[in-house]
Amino acid sequence: MRDFILKRMIAVILAFIFVYGFYVILHGHISPGGSFAGGIIVSLSFIAFATVYGIDKGKEKLPEKFLVWVESYGTLWYGLMGLVGICKGAPFLANKLAGIDLGVPGTLSSGGLIGLIGFGVGIRVASTMITLFYTLMEGDA
Amino acid sequence: MKIRHIFVAVVVLLALFGMLLMVAELPPYGSADNPGQNMVAQRYINDALEDTGVPNMVTAVVLDYRAYDTMFETIVLFTAALAVVVALKPAEEEGDDA
Repeated sequence: MRDFILKRMIAVILAFIFVYGFYVILHGHISPGGSFAGGIIVSLSFIAFATVYGIDKGKEKLPEKFLVWVESYGTLWYGLMGLVGICKGAPFLANKLAGIDLGVPGTLSSGGLIGLIGFGVGIRVASTMITLFYTLMEGDA
Repeated sequence: MKIRHIFVAVVVLLALFGMLLMVAELPPYGSADNPGQNMVAQRYINDALEDTGVPNMVTAVVLDYRAYDTMFETIVLFTAALAVVVALKPAEEEGDDA
């Protein structure tokens, strides 16, 4: 797939898909959508890039080492967010019980830890999907 | 037919019989006093905004009430990716030990 029209189209819309994915991740707690769906959209932008421009160029843009890094530390990030509750004398992964300010419902910074946890889950889902795609493409070639 | 096949058939039929007995004991589908429709769902609907501060109730359940579940869901994803990479990744050049 080295079509000129396809390449130019992807070059135009790729950034919008990417930004929209992060929008869905970051607004997961105040709008329909969520971190899993947003992570899939972010990964789709890179999968489209790697499909059209070739897997090697995709790996130049987003090296596998970085993906592995995100994947591992995303899980750790979730655990660290859980430890915030313990440090404040509340159960693991506690949010309101730990005395965190929940903010005004409906604003981006509301929800205490929920937004931070959602961001971690979102980038983890994205990196997992891209890793699976890279691996399956390589096995095919 | 070997005796082993008959034994397996009897065991399977017994297990099937037990499952059908359990199905007969299930409460009617959609009934208002089912155990599934207890105070938990009502509690989420009433208190989710106050407890978590987010208007999206699904996110409130997934990332706050059931945060443990989501944590291990992400670990399931991690394990799935790990398994695919280990199974399908072409081996690097022959290492010093293998």
